[in-house]
Amino acid sequence: MSEATFSRIAAFGGVYSNHLALARVIEDARHRGAEALLCLGDLGAFGPHPDRTPAILRDSGVQTIRGNYDDSLARGLDECQCGYTDPRDNYFARLSYQYTLRNTREENRAWMGTLPDSLRLRLGNRQVLACHGSPRQMNEFLWESTTPTHFLERLCERYEADIILCTHTGLHWQRPLEGSRLFANVGAIGRPANDGETNVWYALLDEGEPPTIEFVPLAYDHQTLADEMRDEKLPGEFVETIETGWWTTCLEILPSKERRRGKY
Amino acid sequence: MRLNVVATRPDVPVQPLHALDHLWFQVGGTLCNLECNHCFISCGPTNDSFGMMDLSQVQRLLEDSRRLGVKEYYFTGGEPFLNRQLLPILEATLRYGPATVLTNATVLPARTLEELRRVDQASLYSLEIRVSIDGASPATNDPIRGEGTFARAMEGVRGLLRYGFLPIITAMQPETGGESFDDFCQTLRAAGYKHPRIKLLPPLRLGREIVRSRGYTEHERVTREMMDGYDDSQLLCSHSRIATDRGVYVCPILIDSPAARLGDTLEEGLGPFPLEAAACYSCYLYGAICSNVSASPGQA
Ligand code: SF4
Ligand SMILES: [Fe+2]
Repeated sequence: MSEATFSRIAAFGGVYSNHLALARVIEDARHRGAEALLCLGDLGAFGPHPDRTPAILRDSGVQTIRGNYDDSLARGLDECQCGYTDPRDNYFARLSYQYTLRNTREENRAWMGTLPDSLRLRLGNRQVLACHGSPRQMNEFLWESTTPTHFLERLCERYEADIILCTHTGLHWQRPLEGSRLFANVGAIGRPANDGETNVWYALLDEGEPPTIEFVPLAYDHQTLADEMRDEKLPGEFVETIETGWWTTCLEILPSKERRRGKY
Repeated sequence: MRLNVVATRPDVPVQPLHALDHLWFQVGGTLCNLECNHCFISCGPTNDSFGMMDLSQVQRLLEDSRRLGVKEYYFTGGEPFLNRQLLPILEATLRYGPATVLTNATVLPARTLEELRRVDQASLYSLEIRVSIDGASPATNDPIRGEGTFARAMEGVRGLLRYGFLPIITAMQPETGGESFDDFCQTLRAAGYKHPRIKLLPPLRLGREIVRSRGYTEHERVTREMMDGYDDSQLLCSHSRIATDRGVYVCPILIDSPAARLGDTLEEGLGPFPLEAAACYSCYLYGAICSNVSASPGQA
Protein backbone atom coordinates (compact mmCIF):
# COMPACT_ATOMS: atom_id res chain seq x y z
CA MET A 1 0.00 0.00 0.00
CA SER A 2 1.27 3.47 -0.75
CA GLU A 3 -1.04 5.91 0.99
CA ALA A 4 -0.50 9.62 0.81
CA THR A 5 1.71 10.92 3.65
CA PHE A 6 1.04 14.03 5.72
CA SER A 7 2.52 15.71 8.76
CA ARG A 8 -0.64 17.45 9.98
CA ILE A 9 -4.17 16.14 9.49
CA ALA A 10 -7.50 17.56 10.60
CA ALA A 11 -10.33 15.11 11.32
CA PHE A 12 -13.93 15.74 12.25
CA GLY A 13 -17.25 13.93 12.19
CA GLY A 14 -20.93 14.25 13.00
CA VAL A 15 -21.66 17.29 10.84
CA TYR A 16 -25.41 16.85 11.41
CA SER A 17 -26.20 19.49 8.74
CA ASN A 18 -24.35 22.17 10.71
CA HIS A 19 -23.08 23.93 7.59
CA LEU A 20 -21.95 26.97 9.58
CA ALA A 21 -19.67 24.99 11.87
CA LEU A 22 -18.42 22.96 8.90
CA ALA A 23 -17.30 26.07 7.02
CA ARG A 24 -15.55 27.37 10.15
CA VAL A 25 -13.76 24.07 10.81
CA ILE A 26 -12.42 23.91 7.25
CA GLU A 27 -11.20 27.49 7.47
CA ASP A 28 -9.64 27.02 10.90
CA ALA A 29 -7.92 23.72 10.02
CA ARG A 30 -6.42 25.18 6.84
CA HIS A 31 -5.28 28.22 8.77
CA ARG A 32 -3.49 25.93 11.23
CA GLY A 33 -1.69 24.21 8.41
CA ALA A 34 -3.63 20.95 8.10
CA GLU A 35 -2.57 19.30 4.84
CA ALA A 36 -5.44 16.83 4.72
CA LEU A 37 -9.01 17.21 5.94
CA LEU A 38 -11.03 14.13 6.86
CA CYS A 39 -14.75 14.01 7.49
CA LEU A 40 -15.74 10.76 9.21
CA GLY A 41 -19.41 10.84 8.25
CA ASP A 42 -22.96 11.58 9.42
CA LEU A 43 -23.42 14.65 7.28
CA GLY A 44 -27.10 14.99 7.99
CA ALA A 45 -29.42 14.82 11.05
CA PHE A 46 -30.39 17.30 13.70
CA GLY A 47 -29.66 20.56 11.81
CA PRO A 48 -31.29 22.50 8.96
CA HIS A 49 -30.89 22.39 5.15
CA PRO A 50 -29.09 19.07 4.71
CA ASP A 51 -28.23 19.88 1.10
CA ARG A 52 -25.69 22.49 2.13
CA THR A 53 -23.07 20.25 3.74
CA PRO A 54 -22.32 17.94 0.76
CA ALA A 55 -21.62 20.95 -1.44
CA ILE A 56 -19.18 22.45 1.08
CA LEU A 57 -17.36 19.14 1.54
CA ARG A 58 -16.97 18.59 -2.21
CA ASP A 59 -15.91 22.15 -2.96
CA SER A 60 -13.26 22.09 -0.21
CA GLY A 61 -11.72 18.78 -1.17
CA VAL A 62 -12.46 17.16 2.18
CA GLN A 63 -11.95 13.37 2.10
CA THR A 64 -15.28 12.06 3.34
CA ILE A 65 -16.37 8.71 4.77
CA ARG A 66 -19.91 7.36 4.64
CA GLY A 67 -21.51 7.23 8.09
CA ASN A 68 -24.63 5.30 9.04
CA TYR A 69 -26.79 8.36 8.36
CA ASP A 70 -25.33 8.86 4.89
CA ASP A 71 -25.69 5.17 4.22
CA SER A 72 -29.38 5.28 5.15
CA LEU A 73 -30.00 8.32 2.95
CA ALA A 74 -28.11 6.84 0.00
CA ARG A 75 -30.14 3.66 0.20
CA GLY A 76 -33.41 5.42 1.00
CA LEU A 77 -33.87 3.35 4.17
CA ASP A 78 -36.70 4.28 6.50
CA GLU A 79 -34.44 4.79 9.52
CA CYS A 80 -31.01 6.24 10.32
CA GLN A 81 -29.29 3.08 11.64
CA CYS A 82 -28.02 5.10 14.59
CA GLY A 83 -28.43 2.06 16.78
CA TYR A 84 -30.66 3.55 19.49
CA THR A 85 -32.76 1.14 21.51
CA ASP A 86 -34.86 3.40 23.72
CA PRO A 87 -38.24 4.68 22.51
CA ARG A 88 -37.40 8.20 23.73
CA ASP A 89 -34.19 8.25 21.67
CA ASN A 90 -35.92 6.78 18.64
CA TYR A 91 -38.72 9.35 18.73
CA PHE A 92 -36.31 12.22 18.03
CA ALA A 93 -34.09 10.17 15.73
CA ARG A 94 -37.14 9.52 13.55
CA LEU A 95 -38.13 13.20 13.42
CA SER A 96 -34.73 14.35 12.27
CA TYR A 97 -34.29 11.49 9.82
CA GLN A 98 -37.60 12.16 8.13
CA TYR A 99 -36.79 15.86 7.82
CA THR A 100 -33.32 15.11 6.43
CA LEU A 101 -34.51 12.50 3.94
CA ARG A 102 -37.22 14.85 2.68
CA ASN A 103 -34.76 17.68 2.18
CA THR A 104 -31.81 15.91 0.61
CA ARG A 105 -31.63 16.05 -3.19
CA GLU A 106 -31.35 12.83 -5.14
CA GLU A 107 -27.93 13.78 -6.49
CA ASN A 108 -26.54 14.29 -2.97
CA ARG A 109 -27.94 10.98 -1.80
CA ALA A 110 -26.33 9.25 -4.75
CA TRP A 111 -23.02 10.94 -3.93
CA MET A 112 -23.21 9.66 -0.34
CA GLY A 113 -23.57 6.17 -1.73
CA THR A 114 -20.21 6.52 -3.47
CA LEU A 115 -18.29 7.44 -0.31
CA PRO A 116 -15.90 4.86 1.16
CA ASP A 117 -16.64 3.37 4.60
CA SER A 118 -13.03 3.87 5.72
CA LEU A 119 -9.85 5.65 4.64
CA ARG A 120 -6.19 4.91 5.08
CA LEU A 121 -3.41 7.45 4.98
CA ARG A 122 -0.08 8.14 6.65
CA LEU A 123 0.81 10.60 9.34
CA GLY A 124 4.61 10.71 9.07
CA ASN A 125 5.57 7.05 9.28
CA ARG A 126 2.34 6.00 11.01
CA GLN A 127 -0.55 4.19 9.41
CA VAL A 128 -3.86 5.98 10.06
CA LEU A 129 -7.21 4.23 9.70
CA ALA A 130 -10.26 6.50 9.71
CA CYS A 131 -13.76 5.04 9.98
CA HIS A 132 -17.22 5.99 11.26
CA GLY A 133 -18.24 3.89 14.29
CA SER A 134 -15.40 1.40 14.51
CA PRO A 135 -13.32 -0.45 11.93
CA ARG A 136 -15.57 -3.48 12.36
CA GLN A 137 -19.00 -1.91 12.45
CA MET A 138 -20.31 1.34 11.01
CA ASN A 139 -22.65 2.07 13.92
CA GLU A 140 -20.65 0.76 16.86
CA PHE A 141 -20.58 3.21 19.76
CA LEU A 142 -17.08 3.74 21.16
CA TRP A 143 -17.53 5.79 24.32
CA GLU A 144 -14.62 6.62 26.56
CA SER A 145 -16.11 4.90 29.59
CA THR A 146 -17.08 1.65 27.85
CA THR A 147 -14.12 1.01 25.56
CA PRO A 148 -11.28 -0.99 27.13
CA THR A 149 -7.71 -0.20 26.14
CA HIS A 150 -7.00 -3.86 25.30
CA PHE A 151 -10.02 -3.84 22.96
CA LEU A 152 -8.56 -0.86 21.05
CA GLU A 153 -5.12 -2.43 20.90
CA ARG A 154 -6.67 -5.52 19.38
CA LEU A 155 -8.44 -3.40 16.76
CA CYS A 156 -5.10 -1.81 15.84
CA GLU A 157 -3.56 -5.23 15.37
CA ARG A 158 -6.46 -6.71 13.49
CA TYR A 159 -6.76 -3.74 11.14
CA GLU A 160 -3.03 -3.02 10.89
CA ALA A 161 -3.22 0.58 12.03
CA ASP A 162 -1.09 2.73 14.35
CA ILE A 163 -3.79 5.35 14.74
CA ILE A 164 -7.53 4.70 14.58
CA LEU A 165 -9.99 7.57 14.23
CA CYS A 166 -13.75 7.31 14.57
CA THR A 167 -16.83 9.37 15.44
CA HIS A 168 -20.56 8.33 15.71
CA THR A 169 -21.05 9.03 19.43
CA GLY A 170 -20.74 12.82 19.31
CA LEU A 171 -18.26 12.97 22.21
CA HIS A 172 -14.52 13.35 21.64
CA TRP A 173 -11.84 11.51 23.59
CA GLN A 174 -8.51 9.86 22.99
CA ARG A 175 -6.46 7.03 24.45
CA PRO A 176 -2.75 6.36 24.14
CA LEU A 177 -2.09 2.70 23.33
CA GLU A 178 0.88 0.40 23.66
CA GLY A 179 3.75 1.07 21.25
CA SER A 180 2.86 4.78 20.93
CA ARG A 181 -0.23 3.86 18.97
CA LEU A 182 -3.29 6.07 19.40
CA PHE A 183 -7.03 5.93 19.31
CA ALA A 184 -9.32 8.95 19.04
CA ASN A 185 -13.01 9.49 18.76
CA VAL A 186 -13.03 12.90 17.10
CA GLY A 187 -16.49 13.79 18.39
CA ALA A 188 -18.90 15.94 16.39
CA ILE A 189 -18.92 19.37 14.81
CA GLY A 190 -22.70 19.31 14.42
CA ARG A 191 -23.63 19.88 18.02
CA PRO A 192 -21.78 20.80 21.22
CA ALA A 193 -20.25 18.17 23.48
CA ASN A 194 -22.91 18.15 26.23
CA ASP A 195 -20.76 20.35 28.45
CA GLY A 196 -22.78 23.57 28.67
CA GLU A 197 -20.61 25.32 26.05
CA THR A 198 -21.88 26.23 22.58
CA ASN A 199 -18.63 25.50 20.71
CA VAL A 200 -17.96 22.29 18.79
CA TRP A 201 -14.76 20.20 18.55
CA TYR A 202 -12.50 18.75 15.90
CA ALA A 203 -9.13 16.97 16.00
CA LEU A 204 -5.67 17.92 14.75
CA LEU A 205 -3.13 15.14 14.34
CA ASP A 206 0.59 15.82 14.22
CA GLU A 207 3.42 13.52 13.22
CA GLY A 208 6.20 13.03 15.73
CA GLU A 209 7.60 10.59 18.27
CA PRO A 210 5.04 9.91 19.50
CA PRO A 211 2.42 11.34 17.15
CA THR A 212 -0.16 13.51 18.92
CA ILE A 213 -3.81 14.42 18.70
CA GLU A 214 -5.11 17.76 19.88
CA PHE A 215 -8.81 18.55 20.21
CA VAL A 216 -9.66 22.04 19.02
CA PRO A 217 -12.72 23.87 20.41
CA LEU A 218 -14.32 26.06 17.80
CA ALA A 219 -16.93 28.77 18.14
CA TYR A 220 -19.23 29.42 15.19
CA ASP A 221 -22.35 31.46 14.56
CA HIS A 222 -24.59 29.13 16.56
CA GLN A 223 -27.28 31.80 16.92
CA THR A 224 -27.85 31.89 13.17
CA LEU A 225 -27.99 28.10 13.12
CA ALA A 226 -30.60 28.14 15.89
CA ASP A 227 -32.66 30.68 13.92
CA GLU A 228 -32.50 28.55 10.79
CA MET A 229 -33.59 25.50 12.80
CA ARG A 230 -36.58 27.40 14.16
CA ASP A 231 -37.51 28.58 10.66
CA GLU A 232 -37.39 24.97 9.50
CA LYS A 233 -39.65 23.99 12.43
CA LEU A 234 -37.13 21.53 13.83
CA PRO A 235 -37.84 20.37 17.40
CA GLY A 236 -37.30 22.97 20.11
CA GLU A 237 -35.22 20.39 21.98
CA PHE A 238 -32.63 20.43 19.18
CA VAL A 239 -32.49 24.22 19.17
CA GLU A 240 -31.99 24.23 22.93
CA THR A 241 -28.90 22.02 22.55
CA ILE A 242 -27.36 24.41 20.01
CA GLU A 243 -28.08 27.41 22.25
CA THR A 244 -27.09 25.93 25.61
CA GLY A 245 -24.50 23.25 24.89
CA TRP A 246 -26.52 20.58 26.75
CA TRP A 247 -27.89 17.50 25.00
CA THR A 248 -31.63 17.19 25.39
CA THR A 249 -32.33 14.12 23.22
CA CYS A 250 -30.84 10.74 22.36
CA LEU A 251 -29.46 10.51 25.88
CA GLU A 252 -30.52 7.00 26.78
CA ILE A 253 -27.68 5.50 24.79
CA LEU A 254 -25.06 7.23 26.98
CA PRO A 255 -23.14 5.14 29.51
CA SER A 256 -23.46 6.35 33.09
CA LYS A 257 -20.17 8.25 33.27
CA GLU A 258 -20.99 10.29 30.15
CA ARG A 259 -24.61 10.70 31.18
CA ARG A 260 -23.75 12.15 34.57
CA ARG A 261 -21.59 14.87 33.03
CA GLY A 262 -24.60 16.32 31.18
CA LYS A 263 -27.55 18.27 32.49
CA TYR A 264 -30.31 15.82 31.53
CA MET B 1 -13.60 -29.90 23.88
CA ARG B 2 -15.85 -28.71 21.05
CA LEU B 3 -18.06 -31.75 21.04
CA ASN B 4 -21.10 -29.58 21.46
CA VAL B 5 -21.03 -28.72 17.78
CA VAL B 6 -22.63 -32.06 17.06
CA ALA B 7 -26.36 -31.50 16.93
CA THR B 8 -28.87 -34.29 17.25
CA ARG B 9 -31.55 -32.78 15.01
CA PRO B 10 -30.57 -32.34 11.35
CA ASP B 11 -31.95 -28.82 10.96
CA VAL B 12 -30.38 -27.32 14.10
CA PRO B 13 -28.57 -24.07 13.29
CA VAL B 14 -25.06 -23.84 14.68
CA GLN B 15 -24.27 -20.39 15.99
CA PRO B 16 -20.67 -19.15 15.76
CA LEU B 17 -19.23 -16.75 18.33
CA HIS B 18 -18.36 -13.75 16.15
CA ALA B 19 -16.28 -12.04 18.83
CA LEU B 20 -16.17 -12.40 22.60
CA ASP B 21 -17.51 -8.90 23.26
CA HIS B 22 -19.34 -9.61 26.52
CA LEU B 23 -17.95 -11.77 29.27
CA TRP B 24 -20.45 -12.74 31.93
CA PHE B 25 -19.70 -13.98 35.43
CA GLN B 26 -22.11 -16.13 37.41
CA VAL B 27 -20.53 -14.36 40.35
CA GLY B 28 -23.37 -14.97 42.80
CA GLY B 29 -23.80 -18.62 41.87
CA THR B 30 -27.45 -19.63 42.10
CA LEU B 31 -27.92 -18.18 45.55
CA CYS B 32 -30.53 -15.47 45.93
CA ASN B 33 -32.46 -13.90 48.76
CA LEU B 34 -35.58 -13.85 46.55
CA GLU B 35 -37.35 -16.63 44.70
CA CYS B 36 -39.01 -15.04 41.68
CA ASN B 37 -41.34 -17.45 40.02
CA HIS B 38 -40.01 -16.82 36.50
CA CYS B 39 -36.32 -17.21 37.29
CA PHE B 40 -34.95 -19.31 34.46
CA ILE B 41 -32.38 -20.98 36.67
CA SER B 42 -34.59 -21.21 39.77
CA CYS B 43 -32.28 -19.28 42.07
CA GLY B 44 -33.19 -19.06 45.73
CA PRO B 45 -31.89 -19.13 49.30
CA THR B 46 -31.04 -22.83 49.12
CA ASN B 47 -30.02 -23.38 45.50
CA ASP B 48 -26.33 -24.23 45.44
CA SER B 49 -26.03 -25.82 42.00
CA PHE B 50 -23.54 -23.05 41.25
CA GLY B 51 -21.33 -21.53 43.91
CA MET B 52 -20.05 -18.01 44.28
CA MET B 53 -16.96 -17.01 42.34
CA ASP B 54 -14.02 -15.58 44.22
CA LEU B 55 -11.63 -12.77 43.36
CA SER B 56 -8.81 -15.03 42.20
CA GLN B 57 -11.08 -16.94 39.79
CA VAL B 58 -12.35 -13.68 38.34
CA GLN B 59 -8.86 -12.18 38.20
CA ARG B 60 -7.58 -15.08 36.08
CA LEU B 61 -10.46 -14.75 33.65
CA LEU B 62 -9.96 -10.99 33.39
CA GLU B 63 -6.35 -11.55 32.41
CA ASP B 64 -7.43 -14.07 29.72
CA SER B 65 -10.14 -11.70 28.52
CA ARG B 66 -7.61 -9.04 27.66
CA ARG B 67 -6.06 -11.17 24.93
CA LEU B 68 -9.50 -11.96 23.53
CA GLY B 69 -10.47 -8.30 23.29
CA VAL B 70 -13.51 -8.47 25.58
CA LYS B 71 -15.40 -5.18 25.58
CA GLU B 72 -17.81 -5.40 28.53
CA TYR B 73 -18.12 -7.42 31.74
CA TYR B 74 -21.45 -8.49 33.25
CA PHE B 75 -22.09 -9.84 36.74
CA THR B 76 -25.12 -11.92 37.59
CA GLY B 77 -26.31 -14.65 39.92
CA GLY B 78 -28.22 -15.38 42.01
CA GLU B 79 -27.92 -12.05 43.69
CA PRO B 80 -24.37 -10.73 43.11
CA PHE B 81 -24.43 -8.52 46.20
CA LEU B 82 -24.69 -11.61 48.40
CA ASN B 83 -21.12 -12.36 47.33
CA ARG B 84 -18.87 -10.79 49.98
CA GLN B 85 -16.08 -10.35 47.45
CA LEU B 86 -18.22 -8.51 44.92
CA LEU B 87 -16.75 -5.08 45.64
CA PRO B 88 -13.10 -6.15 45.26
CA ILE B 89 -14.16 -8.10 42.16
CA LEU B 90 -15.75 -5.01 40.63
CA GLU B 91 -12.75 -2.92 41.55
CA ALA B 92 -10.46 -5.41 39.77
CA THR B 93 -12.75 -5.58 36.74
CA LEU B 94 -12.94 -1.82 36.33
CA ARG B 95 -9.19 -1.79 35.75
CA TYR B 96 -9.90 -3.75 32.55
CA GLY B 97 -13.14 -2.30 31.24
CA PRO B 98 -16.77 -1.37 31.94
CA ALA B 99 -18.83 -3.51 34.33
CA THR B 100 -22.55 -4.07 34.75
CA VAL B 101 -24.13 -5.71 37.78
CA LEU B 102 -27.61 -7.24 37.58
CA THR B 103 -29.22 -6.97 41.00
CA ASN B 104 -32.58 -7.08 42.73
CA ALA B 105 -31.46 -4.03 44.76
CA THR B 106 -32.83 -5.42 48.01
CA VAL B 107 -29.48 -5.98 49.73
CA LEU B 108 -27.78 -2.59 49.41
CA PRO B 109 -27.01 -1.19 52.87
CA ALA B 110 -25.35 2.22 53.15
CA ARG B 111 -21.84 0.84 53.63
CA THR B 112 -22.13 -1.20 50.42
CA LEU B 113 -23.34 1.86 48.54
CA GLU B 114 -20.52 3.93 49.92
CA GLU B 115 -17.93 1.39 48.87
CA LEU B 116 -19.61 1.05 45.48
CA ARG B 117 -19.39 4.78 44.95
CA ARG B 118 -15.71 4.81 45.83
CA VAL B 119 -15.01 2.01 43.33
CA ASP B 120 -17.02 3.79 40.64
CA GLN B 121 -15.40 7.17 41.14
CA ALA B 122 -11.90 5.75 40.99
CA SER B 123 -12.53 4.20 37.59
CA LEU B 124 -12.23 5.49 34.04
CA TYR B 125 -14.81 2.91 32.99
CA SER B 126 -18.53 2.96 33.68
CA LEU B 127 -20.06 0.82 36.38
CA GLU B 128 -23.70 0.19 35.56
CA ILE B 129 -26.19 -1.11 38.12
CA ARG B 130 -29.17 -2.87 36.57
CA VAL B 131 -32.12 -3.28 38.86
CA SER B 132 -34.70 -5.92 37.98
CA ILE B 133 -38.34 -5.35 38.73
CA ASP B 134 -41.36 -6.99 37.16
CA GLY B 135 -43.99 -4.33 37.36
CA ALA B 136 -44.48 -0.63 37.96
CA SER B 137 -46.34 -1.25 41.22
CA PRO B 138 -46.53 -3.77 44.07
CA ALA B 139 -49.73 -5.09 42.51
CA THR B 140 -47.94 -6.22 39.37
CA ASN B 141 -44.44 -6.83 40.74
CA ASP B 142 -44.98 -8.65 44.01
CA PRO B 143 -46.98 -11.63 42.74
CA ILE B 144 -43.91 -12.51 40.66
CA ARG B 145 -40.99 -11.44 42.85
CA GLY B 146 -42.51 -11.86 46.30
CA GLU B 147 -44.44 -9.93 48.91
CA GLY B 148 -42.90 -6.55 49.70
CA THR B 149 -40.18 -6.78 47.04
CA PHE B 150 -41.41 -3.76 45.09
CA ALA B 151 -41.03 -1.44 48.06
CA ARG B 152 -37.63 -2.92 48.91
CA ALA B 153 -36.36 -2.56 45.32
CA MET B 154 -37.55 1.07 45.20
CA GLU B 155 -35.72 1.68 48.46
CA GLY B 156 -32.62 0.24 46.75
CA VAL B 157 -33.14 2.52 43.76
CA ARG B 158 -33.41 5.57 46.02
CA GLY B 159 -30.22 4.49 47.77
CA LEU B 160 -28.37 4.16 44.47
CA LEU B 161 -29.58 7.61 43.41
CA ARG B 162 -28.44 9.07 46.72
CA TYR B 163 -24.96 7.76 46.07
CA GLY B 164 -24.83 9.25 42.59
CA PHE B 165 -25.69 6.18 40.51
CA LEU B 166 -28.12 6.18 37.60
CA PRO B 167 -29.48 2.64 37.82
CA ILE B 168 -30.97 1.05 34.72
CA ILE B 169 -34.37 -0.29 35.67
CA THR B 170 -35.04 -3.51 33.83
CA ALA B 171 -38.49 -4.95 33.64
CA MET B 172 -39.55 -8.19 32.06
CA GLN B 173 -42.96 -7.55 30.56
CA PRO B 174 -45.64 -10.20 30.46
CA GLU B 175 -46.97 -11.15 27.04
CA THR B 176 -50.30 -9.47 27.64
CA GLY B 177 -51.62 -6.82 29.96
CA GLY B 178 -48.23 -5.34 30.77
CA GLU B 179 -47.75 -1.81 32.01
CA SER B 180 -46.60 0.82 29.57
CA PHE B 181 -43.27 2.53 29.38
CA ASP B 182 -44.94 5.66 30.76
CA ASP B 183 -46.18 3.76 33.81
CA PHE B 184 -42.60 2.83 34.65
CA CYS B 185 -41.42 6.39 34.02
CA GLN B 186 -44.06 7.79 36.32
CA THR B 187 -43.34 5.33 39.10
CA LEU B 188 -39.64 6.09 38.97
CA ARG B 189 -40.09 9.84 38.84
CA ALA B 190 -42.30 9.54 41.90
CA ALA B 191 -39.43 7.69 43.58
CA GLY B 192 -37.19 10.69 42.88
CA TYR B 193 -35.53 9.45 39.68
CA LYS B 194 -35.74 12.57 37.52
CA HIS B 195 -34.58 11.13 34.20
CA PRO B 196 -35.09 7.42 34.70
CA ARG B 197 -33.11 4.95 32.65
CA ILE B 198 -35.43 2.10 31.78
CA LYS B 199 -34.96 -1.03 29.75
CA LEU B 200 -38.20 -2.81 29.09
CA LEU B 201 -37.73 -6.27 27.76
CA PRO B 202 -40.35 -6.56 25.06
CA PRO B 203 -42.85 -9.40 25.37
CA LEU B 204 -42.23 -10.50 21.79
CA ARG B 205 -39.57 -9.12 19.55
CA LEU B 206 -40.93 -11.03 16.59
CA GLY B 207 -44.50 -12.14 16.29
CA ARG B 208 -45.05 -15.84 16.59
CA GLU B 209 -46.78 -15.64 13.25
CA ILE B 210 -43.56 -14.57 11.57
CA VAL B 211 -41.85 -17.57 12.97
CA ARG B 212 -44.62 -19.87 11.87
CA SER B 213 -44.58 -18.55 8.35
CA ARG B 214 -40.86 -19.36 8.25
CA GLY B 215 -41.44 -22.95 9.14
CA TYR B 216 -43.34 -23.79 12.26
CA THR B 217 -41.96 -26.73 14.14
CA GLU B 218 -44.09 -28.85 16.35
CA HIS B 219 -41.90 -28.43 19.38
CA GLU B 220 -41.07 -24.79 18.75
CA ARG B 221 -37.35 -25.06 18.18
CA VAL B 222 -35.05 -22.86 16.15
CA THR B 223 -34.44 -24.22 12.68
CA ARG B 224 -31.82 -23.35 10.08
CA GLU B 225 -34.52 -21.87 7.91
CA MET B 226 -35.51 -19.48 10.69
CA MET B 227 -31.96 -18.09 10.77
CA ASP B 228 -32.22 -16.88 7.16
CA GLY B 229 -31.98 -13.10 7.24
CA TYR B 230 -32.21 -13.10 11.06
CA ASP B 231 -30.03 -10.61 12.91
CA ASP B 232 -28.07 -13.06 15.04
CA SER B 233 -26.54 -10.29 17.17
CA GLN B 234 -29.87 -10.57 19.02
CA LEU B 235 -28.59 -13.85 20.45
CA LEU B 236 -26.26 -13.58 23.39
CA CYS B 237 -24.31 -16.61 22.22
CA SER B 238 -23.16 -14.73 19.10
CA HIS B 239 -21.03 -12.37 21.18
CA SER B 240 -20.88 -13.63 24.79
CA ARG B 241 -19.88 -16.45 27.08
CA ILE B 242 -20.42 -16.93 30.81
CA ALA B 243 -17.88 -18.06 33.36
CA THR B 244 -19.06 -19.86 36.48
CA ASP B 245 -17.34 -21.43 39.48
CA ARG B 246 -17.43 -24.67 37.54
CA GLY B 247 -16.45 -23.81 34.01
CA VAL B 248 -17.38 -21.76 30.99
CA TYR B 249 -20.87 -22.04 29.54
CA VAL B 250 -22.41 -20.77 26.34
CA CYS B 251 -24.85 -18.31 27.94
CA PRO B 252 -26.47 -17.43 31.29
CA ILE B 253 -29.77 -18.96 30.23
CA LEU B 254 -28.49 -22.49 29.71
CA ILE B 255 -26.12 -23.00 32.66
CA ASP B 256 -28.45 -25.68 34.01
CA SER B 257 -27.83 -27.80 30.96
CA PRO B 258 -24.65 -29.94 30.94
CA ALA B 259 -24.45 -29.67 27.13
CA ALA B 260 -23.98 -25.92 27.50
CA ARG B 261 -20.70 -26.36 29.37
CA LEU B 262 -17.95 -25.67 26.87
CA GLY B 263 -14.82 -26.16 28.93
CA ASP B 264 -12.69 -24.98 31.80
CA THR B 265 -11.16 -21.92 30.20
CA LEU B 266 -12.32 -19.06 28.03
CA GLU B 267 -10.23 -20.37 25.15
CA GLU B 268 -12.17 -23.62 25.31
CA GLY B 269 -15.41 -21.73 25.23
CA LEU B 270 -14.94 -20.00 21.90
CA GLY B 271 -16.41 -22.62 19.58
CA PRO B 272 -19.80 -22.55 17.82
CA PHE B 273 -22.91 -23.85 19.57
CA PRO B 274 -26.01 -25.66 18.26
CA LEU B 275 -29.27 -23.85 19.11
CA GLU B 276 -31.05 -26.98 20.15
CA ALA B 277 -32.67 -26.03 23.42
CA ALA B 278 -36.25 -24.92 23.80
CA ALA B 279 -34.82 -21.84 25.54
CA CYS B 280 -33.06 -20.92 22.29
CA TYR B 281 -36.48 -20.58 20.74
CA SER B 282 -37.58 -17.91 23.24
CA CYS B 283 -34.21 -16.27 22.90
CA TYR B 284 -34.82 -16.12 19.17
CA LEU B 285 -38.24 -14.56 19.71
CA TYR B 286 -37.44 -12.17 22.51
CA GLY B 287 -34.02 -11.06 21.34
CA ALA B 288 -31.25 -9.44 23.36
CA ILE B 289 -32.61 -9.71 26.84
CA CYS B 290 -29.36 -9.23 28.63
CA SER B 291 -26.99 -6.56 27.33
CA ASN B 292 -27.31 -2.86 28.15
CA VAL B 293 -27.81 -1.83 24.54
CA SER B 294 -28.23 -4.02 21.53
CA ALA B 295 -25.23 -2.52 19.75
CA SER B 296 -23.57 -5.87 19.46
CA PRO B 297 -21.10 -5.98 16.63
CA GLY B 298 -20.00 -8.72 14.36
CA GLN B 299 -22.58 -8.05 11.69
CA ALA B 300 -21.30 -5.34 9.39
S1 SF4 C 1 -30.48 -19.75 24.99
FE1 SF4 C 1 -30.14 -18.01 23.60
S2 SF4 C 1 -28.07 -17.28 24.03
FE2 SF4 C 1 -28.27 -19.34 24.92
S3 SF4 C 1 -27.50 -20.73 23.32
FE3 SF4 C 1 -29.73 -20.60 23.03
S4 SF4 C 1 -30.02 -18.94 21.55
FE4 SF4 C 1 -27.93 -18.76 22.32
FE1 LIG D 1 -23.24 7.78 13.19
